[in-house]
Amino acid sequence: MKLTRRAFIGTTAAASLSAPLVNAGGHGRPKAVIIGGGAGGATAARYIAKDSKGEIDVTLVEPSRQYYTCFFSNLYLGGFRSMDSIGHSYGTLASEYGINVVHDWAVGIDRGAKTVTLAGGSTLNYDRLILSPGIDFIDGSVPGWDVSSQNAMPHAYKAGSQTELLKRQIESMPQGGVYAMVAPPNPYRCPPGPYERVSMVAHLLKEINPTAKILIADPKPKFSKQGLFEEGWQKHYGGMIERIGPDFGGDNVSVDAGAMTVTIDGSVEKVDVCNVIPAMKAGRICEIAGITEGNWAPVSAHTMQSRIDENIHVLGDASAQGDMPKSGFSANSQAKVAAMAVRGALTGSKVFPAKFSNTCWSLVDTDDGIKVGATYKATDEKIAKVDGFVSKTGEDAALRKATYEESIGWYAGITSDMFG
Amino acid sequence: MKTLLSMAATVLFGVYASVAVAGDPEKGGKVFKKCKACHAVGDGAKNKVGPQLNNIVGNAAGAVEGYKYSKALAAQADAGLIWDEAALSEFLKKPKAYMPGTKMSFSGLKKESDRENVIAYLATFSDTDTLAAVAADEREVTLSDATLSIEGDVAYGEYLASDCQTCHQVSGASDGGVPAIVGWPRVEFVYAMHAYKQKVRPNPVMQMMAGGLGDEEIAALAAYFEGLE
Repeated sequence: MKLTRRAFIGTTAAASLSAPLVNAGGHGRPKAVIIGGGAGGATAARYIAKDSKGEIDVTLVEPSRQYYTCFFSNLYLGGFRSMDSIGHSYGTLASEYGINVVHDWAVGIDRGAKTVTLAGGSTLNYDRLILSPGIDFIDGSVPGWDVSSQNAMPHAYKAGSQTELLKRQIESMPQGGVYAMVAPPNPYRCPPGPYERVSMVAHLLKEINPTAKILIADPKPKFSKQGLFEEGWQKHYGGMIERIGPDFGGDNVSVDAGAMTVTIDGSVEKVDVCNVIPAMKAGRICEIAGITEGNWAPVSAHTMQSRIDENIHVLGDASAQGDMPKSGFSANSQAKVAAMAVRGALTGSKVFPAKFSNTCWSLVDTDDGIKVGATYKATDEKIAKVDGFVSKTGEDAALRKATYEESIGWYAGITSDMFG
Repeated sequence: MKTLLSMAATVLFGVYASVAVAGDPEKGGKVFKKCKACHAVGDGAKNKVGPQLNNIVGNAAGAVEGYKYSKALAAQADAGLIWDEAALSEFLKKPKAYMPGTKMSFSGLKKESDRENVIAYLATFSDTDTLAAVAADEREVTLSDATLSIEGDVAYGEYLASDCQTCHQVSGASDGGVPAIVGWPRVEFVYAMHAYKQKVRPNPVMQMMAGGLGDEEIAALAAYFEGLE
């Protein structure tokens, strides 16, 4: 069965599945299908629809009706944001931009026939396909943990119910208890993410459980903004946080979700909360499509086209593109380059040279924000870094507060850039 | 320039100022540095991102010629708002709380003494007799006529602007520390971007973004954003 249902302009995404079966004009329009409605996919869908002014038929496939952003979900753990304030619907993309929003899972891709199969049984045709599925976890990367353990030992690395579960567990810790984090190896989504999370968990514990401890088992010798985080941890949470790097066995970790233990280099620790962030790979649909090499999907920096299939573009976390970190900001930036390339290919519109940028803000404690950023260009080999900056240790309180306030402005900006 | 301004302000305050206020204009001149990116004051001051501020203290709100005010300010001006010391102080404390919908992207002056001083400074420019004595503020950077006269390509600006819109909302709304940039006069946009590019303005994100742009690209962005409502 071919999927022909589409949202009436003016209806909400929530209503789109029950909308009547109509094909509102545009017979024979070229079709762009986007899989994944996060920072990459939602932005790409919006820019293609907006800039092609109806010349391209845009379908966005995303299982969730309400999308919770990974960025700022750590601030929910720290009590700085509500879960509602990081939730977004696809209503405006459907009603204002005429995007056909389909809430379903993509389960198959036939690259020869240029079709996508959905879990509900429908098939979508595409002229260009954009995959922006984010990450999946690598089975067995933390011995003792698999997705069936995620209720006992949450990853909370896809925002929403997992994040809420982790917060409830932290709030239920006994006084003086232990929160453990098994940090991921490189490369992974949001390089400052685990360390901002530790900061936010420490902020929460300082208020409700000041004698509690935080234990990080980390397979990496160093991490993003390390000096800035460690300075902040010392200043705000002195003595609460201990990080065990690979030199002390942080790369030799297993867990037991039944016994609630973490074993680091043979030494067994009983813990009260265990936040396991396993090793990552491209979202599974990339493997299904057969466009991965190793764990990720390699792309051309000029257009974000797959190196294996020029009719497919891959955005954000799932792509192997070069120097950009796997962040929401990066995915949003890459989406604009891909959207321009897709329009150019399908309608002949002008294509300008690719340009990329990224900034990652992190909150260490109340009004103590830090940031790191860079600009990038496309080379034949990869997305290559041009210029960058990072906050400095010892900055004054006013600058740190301004940095945090800037991140609030960015959050409002990027979410309106994604969801309209 | 700074010395000249503050000296002049001190002298003028004692001799001419017709608007009686409590603060120290010399200290206010330093506080005003925070305002200078968007506001000019003094002889020949012109509207920038914000209106010029000659004769602001003690006068009717929304009265500067040639400046396009927000709907919020225009409505209050119609209702008879006068920028006396009390009203200015409340506004400057937290502009968006005092006047929801204001175009002024400024978080506010928390300290009462800062507000008193900056109002005292502005009051020295609120007596027409004194205006000629002080030169209008100079630009942060010097740009050649060639740079200033580039006719920006709006279509190219629209593409480049997608990079800006990750933080700056295309609707003109603003949150937190990221200002609205739609509808700015073209020349103000060009000066602001070059000030970041030359690292005269401090924000590292903007220094980096502007640093990657050539004169043509800045002109294209300026043309695009000027045309947005």
